[in-house]
Amino acid sequence: MSVKRTAIGPSDLLVLAAAIAQGGIEVIDLTHTLAPDFPTIVLPPEFGQCAPFRIEEISRYDERGPAWYWNNISMGEHTGTHFDAPIHWVSGKDLPDNSVDTIPVANFFAPACVIDVAAQSAANADFVLTIADVEAWERRHGRIPPRSWVLLRTDWSKRTGRDYANLVDDGQHSPGPGAEVCRWLVAERDVHGFGTETIGTDAGQAAHFNPPYPAHHYMHGKGRYGLQCLANLDRLPPTGALIVAAPLKIRKGSGSPLRVLALVARGSVP
Amino acid sequence: MTPSASRMPYDGIVVAAPVTIPYRRYSINSAHWWIGRAIRGVLERSGLRSRDLDGLSVSSFTLGADTAVGLTQHFGLSPRWLDHVPLGGASGIVALRRASRAVQCGDAEFVVCVAGDTNQVDSFRAMISTFSRFAQDAVYPYGSGGPNASFAMIMRNYMQRYGPTRADFGKIAVAQRANALSFPYALMKQPLTLEAYLASRPIAEPIHLFDCVMPCAGAEAFLVCRDDRARDLGLPAARLLSTIERYNAFAEDAIQERGGWPVDVGELYAMAGIGPEQVDFLETYDDYPVISMIQMEDLGFCAKGEGAAFVRGHTLTNDGSFPHNTSGGQLSVGQAGCAGGYLGLVEAVRQLTGAALGTPVPEARIGLVSGFGMITYDRGLASGAALLAGID
Amino acid sequence: MTPPLAPPKRKDPLTKTRAPLLPPGARSRTAKGLAAAAAEGRFALQVCAECGAVIYPPRDACPRCLSPRLPFRDVPRDGVLLAETVIAASSDPYFRERLPWRIGTVRLDAGPSIVTHLHGDVREGDRVRLSLNLDKGGQAVAMALPTMPMLHMADDRQWRELTCDPKFRRVLVTDGRGRVGQAMAQALSQAEAAIVFVGIADSWKPFPGEAALRAIARVEIVPLDLTDTVSVGDLAGEIGGRVDIVVNTAEHVRPGGMLERTGLVVAREAIELRYFGLMRLAQSFGPALRARGADGVNSAAAFVNLLSVHALMNWPAYGVFSSAEAACLSAAQSLRAELRPGGIKVVNVFSGPLDTEWYETVPPPKVTPSALAAATVDALRRGLEDVYVGDVAEDVRARLAVNPKALERELGP
Repeated sequence: MSVKRTAIGPSDLLVLAAAIAQGGIEVIDLTHTLAPDFPTIVLPPEFGQCAPFRIEEISRYDERGPAWYWNNISMGEHTGTHFDAPIHWVSGKDLPDNSVDTIPVANFFAPACVIDVAAQSAANADFVLTIADVEAWERRHGRIPPRSWVLLRTDWSKRTGRDYANLVDDGQHSPGPGAEVCRWLVAERDVHGFGTETIGTDAGQAAHFNPPYPAHHYMHGKGRYGLQCLANLDRLPPTGALIVAAPLKIRKGSGSPLRVLALVARGSVP
Repeated sequence: MTPSASRMPYDGIVVAAPVTIPYRRYSINSAHWWIGRAIRGVLERSGLRSRDLDGLSVSSFTLGADTAVGLTQHFGLSPRWLDHVPLGGASGIVALRRASRAVQCGDAEFVVCVAGDTNQVDSFRAMISTFSRFAQDAVYPYGSGGPNASFAMIMRNYMQRYGPTRADFGKIAVAQRANALSFPYALMKQPLTLEAYLASRPIAEPIHLFDCVMPCAGAEAFLVCRDDRARDLGLPAARLLSTIERYNAFAEDAIQERGGWPVDVGELYAMAGIGPEQVDFLETYDDYPVISMIQMEDLGFCAKGEGAAFVRGHTLTNDGSFPHNTSGGQLSVGQAGCAGGYLGLVEAVRQLTGAALGTPVPEARIGLVSGFGMITYDRGLASGAALLAGID
Repeated sequence: MTPPLAPPKRKDPLTKTRAPLLPPGARSRTAKGLAAAAAEGRFALQVCAECGAVIYPPRDACPRCLSPRLPFRDVPRDGVLLAETVIAASSDPYFRERLPWRIGTVRLDAGPSIVTHLHGDVREGDRVRLSLNLDKGGQAVAMALPTMPMLHMADDRQWRELTCDPKFRRVLVTDGRGRVGQAMAQALSQAEAAIVFVGIADSWKPFPGEAALRAIARVEIVPLDLTDTVSVGDLAGEIGGRVDIVVNTAEHVRPGGMLERTGLVVAREAIELRYFGLMRLAQSFGPALRARGADGVNSAAAFVNLLSVHALMNWPAYGVFSSAEAACLSAAQSLRAELRPGGIKVVNVFSGPLDTEWYETVPPPKVTPSALAAATVDALRRGLEDVYVGDVAEDVRARLAVNPKALERELGP
């Protein structure tokens, strides 16, 4: 699907707003609820660890604050449904505008191509996406437009707890992209970033790929972004969804938990 | 034992004006109120006025922050000799000893000795829980049975060692109750039978209900002066013959089987120039019958271990053989704190001056009064005794 | 012989929970020296440094030579029960609820006579062995025990007032992911705990020993993450009223001092899990424990902290870890005072390096998880408050007592 560049007038935004309000455009929440028991990335214990989400009541209409309820929260930048900035990875450490506070805000809006590998992932937790898989998708849905998010639908978000993390004694087992397809998506398709339903943008066993963690390596190395722990990808059309993903403005931040929304024209939702 | 060569006889020292303020089980009044009434009783009985009293000895556990000196202002007295003797069951003997020497030496002319305590709801518990540092550290945390539990172990050991039965102790309690029935101030007005004694509920085995005294409020007092001054006032009086006093004796005994009396009892009789057989009645400190039995032994009326046989051989009543605790003792009258240490002494003075309130002991000429008390840990630390005689 | 304790019936919801009264707690400062011995299960009385007299009750001057130098020393604990009584009337509310109550006078072979609580298996005239224990109020008391072990001896009614025996009690082991927690669950199950709740954080992460842990009799796995206030609160809401003993087995051992590792991430994790974890447990489970200190056979009894002995003196090789442990020790002291009104003991079990992965570079002697668990159960059964497990813990304690400054130097490089 290609989109013609058009002039936009002020009334067009009102049309958009009305369409959202009236349901002509559906807003789909791609975010998991931030909760203390949501799994985080697992690294060997001698490394620093990503802090899980924590919530501590400040007051709840009580002696600590009679008329108000609020909490202190704490977490890592990569906790829950979150955004990865290029600075997150060593390959992107020297790029301009590579942290969440400096990324041009227009980049927080981009269309999505949703590649459905749910069946393959169900059959094989270590399913690895290849160039051939993407080319097969393009034969059905068209070439991936430049600056599109590529979202990998695995239905992994429907799993919970131990099945979701899927850890055994040789590490995590979850689907993700192979090294070659990552390089290719950036070089040949100029993608905006890569998004997954799993705990990382990379496959569970990606430490053993070459290079290790190729989605991180190639995406961030070229200033592209990552989204992980997404939900509801099964509710998106293969093309045509607009992703709104604006991370918190953290100074020199490498990423942040965020609310990821998809705008989808009614009728295009599967 | 022969008397110490250095002990001066109590020539010319008498005890007069015995006063008892009738006991009450509980009182909302303070110890000051009880003590004040007893001093006033001595004044009324003797005809003296407050300003005539130049000596004061006070015994009490429940004065709160006050000691004897505070009471001088409280009562408007201006004595030139003052003593404070919070020695429980030994208070009466000790106060008498000190007052007698003061009078004898001329440091004071009229010493009023007074003991009084109040008993308010819960004050007994408060008193025994903080009675002494050793009690607080090493006794009260063990079941908080108070003196009942401490004497239970003394009694248990004594029974094991010397074989008396509960009936032997019951004999003492029953006889005292018989004496008490004619004593107007006794709180226990019902006759006591040996069967009732034996059947009463256990408090701390082998101590049962009628082995125990009832804590109450009350006061006792007497006057110490020279015999000529008493005669001038027309006061009936009893002569002081001899006294002894001893603390923490036989510390090596694993459990108390004797008080301090055996150390000094020879001197007690020698100083008076009499023997135990000349004693017409005995007032022991009877917070439990077992300690009365031990006093009968330790004061020479029978050998150690023969207390039970001695008790079996006498009626212990005022109208019978070997009158003992002739007003009923604390077991029947009640235990008004430190006044319990005065009870026998005040009663002895009444008996020896022909002023018994209850049944008089016939031809009572010589009485022996014994004091005992202050179980600060596992045994009574204070023992004392006095021999008194009537004036013919 | 002591009749064996019967498993408690389920609670009658129509019956008021008995208030946790305490026995008389006033003591002279000198007498508190007995508590130091009782806390560790030693039998120590004052022994005159000049004439050698063994002294009781505690004094400030020797009754034989008036020496003021009267240190507490371990002394032989055997003696003869000379006389006993059964108290059937007491002026103290705590004892009134527990009558009849047996006490006796024991003549110690070492000298003094001691008024003491009596175990049900001792009789007048018996040779007995005295034990100093902390009562429900945390004060030292003596109890006369048989000189030989007797069947069901630990079930004695008066003895159980002084102990925190896990038998028939419901215990929460807060972290079952590690070997210590697993050994603890095993030991408590063997000690006849009625239920051993075992907390598991991050249940989405598998852990070694899981199958064996689940197979232990009377173990119930519960979700519990000590770093998460919500998780601790949720679990307390579910089972707080049925937990009689809390055993905090959470560990966070990491080598290194402050300079070797940049930043606070690891230190914060340690504090989060250990110090704040202890505080979360205290806040969530403490109130119910404190309210249930006299709730029958399975009354609430204890809160156990497993602490590094280096809480007492920092070991710079594990410097950040040691300081987090010290924070826990200080919190435990506060908790001890806060739980005392409920008659709940706070038990601190100090050990040196464990035979676990985080101490792999440390040479022996080390403490195995099962030895630590056994020492903890033993401490609960004996009603101890401070326990030192293993040679290193004993060594640190001994050196600390003699010269803290020297120990500080010795633990450094």
